[in-house]
Amino acid sequence: MKLSVWTYEGPPHVGAIRVATGMEKVHLVLHAPQGDTYADLLFTMIERRNHRPPVTYTTFQARDLGSDTAGLFKKACIEAYERFKPELLLVGASCTAELIQDDPGGLAETLGLPIPVVALELPSYQRKENFGADETFFQIVKTLSRPLEKTNEITCNLIGPTALGFRHRDDVLEMTKLLNSMGVTVNVCAPYGATPKDIGLISQAHFNVLMYPETGEMACRYLERTYSQPFTKTVPIGVGAISDFVKEVSEIVKINTSDANTYSQLPWYSASVDSTYLTSKRVFIFGDGTHAMTAARIARDEIGFEVVGLGCFNRELARPMRKFAATFGLDALISDDYLEVEKHIQAIAPELILGTQMERHIGKRLGIPCAVISAPVHVQDFPARYSPQMGPEGANVIFDTWVHPLVMGLEEHLLTMFREDFEFHDEAGPSHHAAHSPGQKNETEIDKVNAVAEDSSENNLIWLKDAEKELRKIPFFVRGKARKNTEKYAQNNGFSEISIETLYEAKAHYAR
Amino acid sequence: MSSEQSLTGCMNAPVLKERGQHEVFCGLTSIIWLHRKMQDAFFLVVGSRTCAHLLQSAAGVMVFAEPRFGTAILEETDLAGMADAQQELERTVEELLSRRTDIRRLFLVGSCPSEVIKLDLATAAEKLSEQYFPKVNVINYSGSGIETTFTQGEDACLEAVIRGLRSSNDEQLVILGALPDIVHDQMLRLLEQLGLKNVSVLPQVRVDDEVSVGSNTHFICAQPFLGASFEEMVRRGAKPIFAPFPFGANGTTAWLKAICDIFGISKETFEAVTDAPRRRAEIAIEKVSKILTGRSLFLFPDSQLEIPLARFLNQECGMKLIEVGSPYIHKQLVGPDLQLLPEGITISEGQDVDKQLDRVFNHMPDLTVCGLGLANPLEAKGLTTKWAIELVFSPIHFYEQAADLASLFARPVNRSEKLKIGRVA
Repeated sequence: MKLSVWTYEGPPHVGAIRVATGMEKVHLVLHAPQGDTYADLLFTMIERRNHRPPVTYTTFQARDLGSDTAGLFKKACIEAYERFKPELLLVGASCTAELIQDDPGGLAETLGLPIPVVALELPSYQRKENFGADETFFQIVKTLSRPLEKTNEITCNLIGPTALGFRHRDDVLEMTKLLNSMGVTVNVCAPYGATPKDIGLISQAHFNVLMYPETGEMACRYLERTYSQPFTKTVPIGVGAISDFVKEVSEIVKINTSDANTYSQLPWYSASVDSTYLTSKRVFIFGDGTHAMTAARIARDEIGFEVVGLGCFNRELARPMRKFAATFGLDALISDDYLEVEKHIQAIAPELILGTQMERHIGKRLGIPCAVISAPVHVQDFPARYSPQMGPEGANVIFDTWVHPLVMGLEEHLLTMFREDFEFHDEAGPSHHAAHSPGQKNETEIDKVNAVAEDSSENNLIWLKDAEKELRKIPFFVRGKARKNTEKYAQNNGFSEISIETLYEAKAHYAR
Repeated sequence: MSSEQSLTGCMNAPVLKERGQHEVFCGLTSIIWLHRKMQDAFFLVVGSRTCAHLLQSAAGVMVFAEPRFGTAILEETDLAGMADAQQELERTVEELLSRRTDIRRLFLVGSCPSEVIKLDLATAAEKLSEQYFPKVNVINYSGSGIETTFTQGEDACLEAVIRGLRSSNDEQLVILGALPDIVHDQMLRLLEQLGLKNVSVLPQVRVDDEVSVGSNTHFICAQPFLGASFEEMVRRGAKPIFAPFPFGANGTTAWLKAICDIFGISKETFEAVTDAPRRRAEIAIEKVSKILTGRSLFLFPDSQLEIPLARFLNQECGMKLIEVGSPYIHKQLVGPDLQLLPEGITISEGQDVDKQLDRVFNHMPDLTVCGLGLANPLEAKGLTTKWAIELVFSPIHFYEQAADLASLFARPVNRSEKLKIGRVA
């Protein structure tokens, strides 16, 4: 039993629904109680889909448990087939139905439906949403794909995008453009937008582009094993990764990719003088493994941030994440416990968080600016405008998104210079933000948080009035760190009081 | 409108009962507002990852900071042996209570998985209550989707609270139902002006707000979905007061009047207190509801508020009713509203969502009230919708909110008229 407040991932059947909803002419019959229909609103409200997810829930009730839930399931399958006429039927059970062990796969088989039926095993008490999507798509590919001759022109499949994915809609377009500029055509994009017939044609492509390992890796490995279709290992998020991706493709299919359109504004924006203020800003990065790792590379190599913390919530990517974090000299934080992540952030006191919607909330509470880089998704993650993460336009979007929550170049210096000035006080926050800027009104909260931290720690340090006042002159986004460092310094040196002297001695001691 | 109605309205009209796919929330969802209302309570769902995911998704946005609800997620190891699960639960509760020392009431909330594996939360609650006495009171109820639909979660919670109430023979009025603070205060002000003493409300905001029950207790529901709580109050000897629910000017007047009749409040006092706010409400409703008059309305089952709201929208806003769906119809509770509905409409109970969607497309109503899963798909097909969930979060009861209630329905209709760019999704 695990106490959970907020979760980064839903249960595995939500992953299955993401695949079914992303595809066309597919229907999922889910053995589940009525409450599980909440999943529909994720797609219709958060993603603003114009149709209901293609899912029939059996919605069994307590009174059905003693009688015939299996009969209910079969009836739901037949009615769903007749009403929706899908080309492929998926059947599975959610957490509650898993316990009553009706065997949806076996039941569906007895119905003799004239379409392929894929039975899903979704272990609700062990695995989570990403696994559910990965497994569902793999089973579909295994059932529907067949050996075919490769196409004459050079083609690839885009593998991994689903409904309710973080910017999947726009990444698909951007990747198609990038590949086209290299002379590669997209054979099938799946699950997003694919029909069961399309999956039947999947093996005729020359290779697979694995866009999201979280939801497409099992299928890619199967296709590699079965049809000798290689797949790309680089996820082209960020300028360096795009260049590696192009090289990888040119090696797989032996083509000249010098025409590839990889031009992004990011390198110049990072090199322009205003961006000096970004240099060595301390960032904490957390999300799904793929987005967090690509973000860390951009942060360090393409913007010049200092990555002070890195991790992911999906255990499936724990191993590559640990290895990758080690190259930054960091121990990766692998956790799906929101409170643990919060504690971690509080301890590191970064100047910027690149995280999920959860970390955005943590940032709000601690007064640390945050840009969102990964699922779990929020209605804000489906903007009306084109905003991919992958490819050259993705790099542009990322630069803008990450810089936005920060105080801009000269403005930062002005804030420090005029910090007691009534118009420039730091509580005003960045000038381009409206009422909800991270710095605003949260300052007292940060101090509260710090005060709590102070109380709970056994250091019996006393801040002298002047030192306390001086501390408040330090910009709010580094104040937490300054307080912490000073206290650590005082403790290590056996001081019981902190004066202005101590503050500046500590500053010199920790100068970077 | 009322002249067209017979005396019994829809009281004896046939009900279309359906048992297909239900597109509704489970009772756990009511934790979203219950935890705001009961400020020293923590709601610990004993369930699966799905339960946790539902709670954070149904809230629409994530509630800021650490909320006073959480899920003890059952894992493979808990399912293997029952003894383990009980111990695990005790350990989880200890972990929780040691971190949240402000908690005085802990609700152990049953879910679909915990009900199916027959985890004995009632005994666990008793045991934990003894262990944490007197600091924390541990109470069990089930919000599982195999037993409860959406607002029935509040009903099950209140039923459990009532079971634990102290008995007394005091003459008093108890009002059942969680209401937003502003409405709660307005209601108490009105009742005080009417001269009522000894009024209490369930659920209590804090555990120290003591409420008792006995044979001299009269009670009335402020929400229509409290069937089980109603039965429990009756079992404890309390006497029910029946009335239309306090929506709009007429509903509020009828509801207050029913109370005043029981407590012998004079006609003069009643009019002196209610005339001004009633007239204010009528004028405000008239202004807001012009756009609704004569339009057709279809309500999908959601919260059991449907029948009283249909009464308000028909009788006070002039809307034409096509179908009024409710997940469950407690005839005693909603009877006074049913009587005021015009004959010849469809009243449905339960759901077969695909068939109901066929009916809504057949009628193409001017306004459809439905859940979040259906709203955008219907909008994309050219229907104008109102999300039902807002009706359980928003202040909509009593005189001063009557026009706000009407405007919740008027806004989508108004928007449809304003937008000139089509709605291709």
